Amino acid sequence: MTSSNQLDIVPSNPSDPSHGVGSVGVDLTAAYRDSNIDSLLDELDRELVGLAPVKMRIREIAALLLVARLREAKGLTTERPTLHMSFTGRPGTGKTTVALRIAKILHQLGYIRKGHLVVATRDDLVGQYVGHTAPKTKEVLKRAMGGVLFIDEAYYLYRPENERDYGPEAIEMLLQIMETQRDDLVVVLAGYQERMETFFHSNPGFHSRIAHHLDFPDYQLDELMAIGDLMLGQQQYALDADARRVFAQYLERRMHQPHFANARSVRNAIDRAKLRQANRLVRQGGTVARDELARIDAEDIRQSRVFAEEESAGRRVGGSRSDSNGHAPERDVAKGPPGTVDPPARRPADPPRSR
Amino acid sequence: MRITQGTFSYLPDLTDEQIRAQIQYCIERDWAVSIEFTDDPHPRNAFWDMWAMPMFDLKDAAGIMGEVQACRRAKPNTYIKVNGYDRRYTRQTVALSFLVQRPKVEPGFRLDRQESNDRVVRYTLHSYATDRPAGERYGDVE
Ligand SMILES: Nc1ncnc2c1ncn2[C@@H]1O[C@H](COP(=O)(O)OP(=O)(O)O)[C@@H](O)[C@H]1O
Ligand SMILES: [Mg+2]
Repeated sequence: MTSSNQLDIVPSNPSDPSHGVGSVGVDLTAAYRDSNIDSLLDELDRELVGLAPVKMRIREIAALLLVARLREAKGLTTERPTLHMSFTGRPGTGKTTVALRIAKILHQLGYIRKGHLVVATRDDLVGQYVGHTAPKTKEVLKRAMGGVLFIDEAYYLYRPENERDYGPEAIEMLLQIMETQRDDLVVVLAGYQERMETFFHSNPGFHSRIAHHLDFPDYQLDELMAIGDLMLGQQQYALDADARRVFAQYLERRMHQPHFANARSVRNAIDRAKLRQANRLVRQGGTVARDELARIDAEDIRQSRVFAEEESAGRRVGGSRSDSNGHAPERDVAKGPPGTVDPPARRPADPPRSR
Repeated sequence: MRITQGTFSYLPDLTDEQIRAQIQYCIERDWAVSIEFTDDPHPRNAFWDMWAMPMFDLKDAAGIMGEVQACRRAKPNTYIKVNGYDRRYTRQTVALSFLVQRPKVEPGFRLDRQESNDRVVRYTLHSYATDRPAGERYGDVE
């Protein structure tokens, strides 16, 4: 590692007469400070809500790399740790975001030379005809060298139902690179938990090459609220007290509707609220105060079709959200807002395979 | 005769570490990097064979180093060079080009003199290697 010479190496106890060459200590605190890793880890804590186990593991990995560097500086054998990972979780739970951060952190600690993230899906890796796959995969691997390769929905690489599929060719190359070029890149495989498990089961080579399995749970309501506040704050918007209450109601409803995508849905809801706020302000005309430009009020959120749906549904079946089978009542065709789907009461299962 | 062509050719051959650093230099300047090989090293031979495609949009030299190694494996007894092409408008030229492999034995060139009319003498460089068919010029039959 290149920066090992920057480490502060001091005697553990200068006055101790017994200290010889072998007992010279390493100032861990100074090494930690000099690595500048603290600011990145703090940023991670500050800018990502929840995800305690994930953050914990990242701190552990940072500590491991720091100690590896110190060991190297002291001439102890240090095997380069394997850092290929798998991230499992539903959409919008922060997998891509965390991968971006990890790339920066690993770069800061000198584990990878660059620290960029290359996101790839099956289409980027697997070709359409004989001889098409290897160059495609190679191209992506080359781009990812020095950084982190993030393969989204990795299980699509393996499609046992089609025996002439070219996915296995890409898998083969990935496995080889993960083993022989650990110095050059870190591979992160991401996707829904259950399907990743099946994938690992039928491709044990991946499982054995992956050192860290991180699970990204769905966010709770309070976490979603905190994420919303964070996003609004970053964009210099704010909810007033009324709007906060309505937003919480909104999220609670939205959580149980189809296609709910955790933090991404929060982001989308905020984008739409901003749209309505702007529209409201323009319609209202006249002069607006600075804080009015920044404020999102309850009405901007209540206009969401999540509420509209509820209302129209409620009108038909007297306020009950769903029938005894747990199915949502039929949409009021005449009154229902366009483009809505029947909302099942339960969290939907994984969406059907699209390929 | 040790051929001197391209950048660094009066220096001892670059080590792989140095080659990697030069490639990284190209990448950081956003130059497209290509690899070429030939067994006809005449200085006027501008048409070397391409190895793979020119590479750009990369962040790290490792991928290109991999291609250099692959080319060496496939063409162990040829000249191989790495080019960095600067595509910026107004430059649009190869900005850096250097050898990364040469054959084990380099027989070099002889000078041919051709007597012409009116005591004119024309000179030409003749590569000993090209007396033999392509592919057999440096000992290896591919
Ligand atoms: N814990 C979190 N705190 C704040 N924002 C988050 C968090 N998790 C996700 N986000 C935001 O949600 C959006 C979607 O996250 P993303 O990483 O793309 O999810 P995934 O890759 O798991 O589908 C991004 O805009 C991201 O900034
Ligand atoms: Mg993602």
